[in-house]
Amino acid sequence: MSAATGADSPLTHMPASELSQRLGAREISSVEVTQAHLDRIAAVEPQVHAFLHVSADEALATAADVDARRGAGEELHPLAGVPIAVKDVVVTRGLPTTAGSRILEGWVPPYDATLVEKIKAAGLPILGKTNMDEFAMGSSTEHSGYGNTHNPWDLDRIPGGSGGGSAAAIAAYEAPLAIGTDTGGSIRQPAAVTGTVGVKPTYGSVSRYGLIALASSLDQAGPCTRSVMDAALLHELIGGHDPRDATSLTDPATGYVAAAKEGVSSDLRGMRVGVVRELQGEGYQPGVLARFEESLEALRNAGAEIVEVSCPHFTYALAAYYLILPAEASSNLAKFDGMRFGLRVEPSEGPVTAERVMAATRGQGFGDEVKRRIILGTYALSAGYYDAYYGSAQKVRTLIQRDFAAAFEQADVLVSPTAPTTAFKLGEKLDDPLAMYLNDVATIPANLAGVPGMSLPNGLSDDGLPVGFQILAPARQDARLYKVGAALEALLEFGWEGPLLRRAPELTGGVA
Amino acid sequence: MSTLSRDEVARVAALARIDLTPGELDRLAGELDVIVESVARVSEVATPDVPATSHPLPLTNVFRADEPVAPLDRDEVLAQAPAAQDGKFLVPQILGEEA
Repeated sequence: MSAATGADSPLTHMPASELSQRLGAREISSVEVTQAHLDRIAAVEPQVHAFLHVSADEALATAADVDARRGAGEELHPLAGVPIAVKDVVVTRGLPTTAGSRILEGWVPPYDATLVEKIKAAGLPILGKTNMDEFAMGSSTEHSGYGNTHNPWDLDRIPGGSGGGSAAAIAAYEAPLAIGTDTGGSIRQPAAVTGTVGVKPTYGSVSRYGLIALASSLDQAGPCTRSVMDAALLHELIGGHDPRDATSLTDPATGYVAAAKEGVSSDLRGMRVGVVRELQGEGYQPGVLARFEESLEALRNAGAEIVEVSCPHFTYALAAYYLILPAEASSNLAKFDGMRFGLRVEPSEGPVTAERVMAATRGQGFGDEVKRRIILGTYALSAGYYDAYYGSAQKVRTLIQRDFAAAFEQADVLVSPTAPTTAFKLGEKLDDPLAMYLNDVATIPANLAGVPGMSLPNGLSDDGLPVGFQILAPARQDARLYKVGAALEALLEFGWEGPLLRRAPELTGGVA
Repeated sequence: MSTLSRDEVARVAALARIDLTPGELDRLAGELDVIVESVARVSEVATPDVPATSHPLPLTNVFRADEPVAPLDRDEVLAQAPAAQDGKFLVPQILGEEA
């Protein structure tokens, strides 16, 4: 593999932080950077399929505008001119948005999500919309209505999900930054299996206005990047209070970049790192556990105190999640009924009434996993079953929050492997929904409690595929993720003599 | 707890307004039965003394400032509708024949 940092590196392989500096110093132009990424997309998309829509003209127009303003001496956001990809569950005015579903094929939203407004206001060219499991339901991107995305490390393997498109775009150098959303691990698990960085902020840190809701009490948007510093930069851009989201925190989104810098420049003395006993062992690949132990050793060497903590109710998290999520989703997805937007299908026979059109539209427009979860959620909420299922799941949620509260009295951050295994083969788990759900066993507790989590690459397993290391912090203490994450990243990359991603096989592309 | 029969899945799918083919119904009934059996274990620890949590943030009555803001552009919205007429959504018959 060729060296991919420093002055010789192509623009597509530079971290966003470096692009930001060079753009600010006017050594490079945003048009050059954006065009380089569009060329890369054109070259590797036939193999990767990370994008559902590429907005080349709009991206180049933004880039030209930023270059002109910067040339005129205007003070711009540090990330102005750095291109970005946006998961297709986030609405973008004027750009098609489908959430990976055929029921929204061709829909062009009449408004922007708040985080998209911020991206546009800061002058980041939007390269396009990334592929995902339909309505973010899945762990492999195989449930997309528009074909699956391939993992750049091995094109026969899944890129994770639901945000497999954003993670793969980052890993394949199609974009330096991407937006993901994480309801049960959809930012962190794809990051783990693609050797990239993903952060699920504290619930409420990033506005949910304009996210096509899956489960409103769990959904949270966040950054997908190739470095912890880039994630901090992007989190500061998209975070902060939004009056249009009643669950938005009033905290300012600041201090993440400073925390990442602190993690690199200082040691971790005084930091208590809690290893969650229930998030390892049976079901975890030996190579995943071996890398985890090595990362703990690295943190210990950096001065951190490693303690073991127990969260006994985490073993019930998966069960609770697969009641709470379908219950909320069955309600949220009721709006896709063929009346006001998207697909409308008339029944093949019988009277054409609104109710029959709704059922025909949803029967044709939704894929298997969406139908499965809506029916499961409707069942869990239905008369006679509500207390036993949804009611019990809400109590488990309380128990998991208490587990976190107790664990965070003993530790400043909690750590675990992000996912039990490396990327599995495409098709391997498609016919076994329960096996697919087990991918999220380590990421789901954070969503149920609303606490922030990060995944960063911590090595390759015996199969040569990347492994992810998860860091969890108490609610509103996202800065700790960036401090510990940046510290571990620096230690690991010192040992690897560069980013892990440099060991991925080179994608030759169609025209390279 | 009860297991999920094919008839029960058909009933719930109708409540959720999703047409299923007979083949889909067969497959979903089998899959959902396995999933429901698995998630039912939440009841093992959900004792009466544990309060329910519906949301990660303890928020009540959040209001934004009561200031008028521009609504979405009507033509832009209706341009995305399956059918529209006279500045309104055009939908199939809602009420029964007798209405």
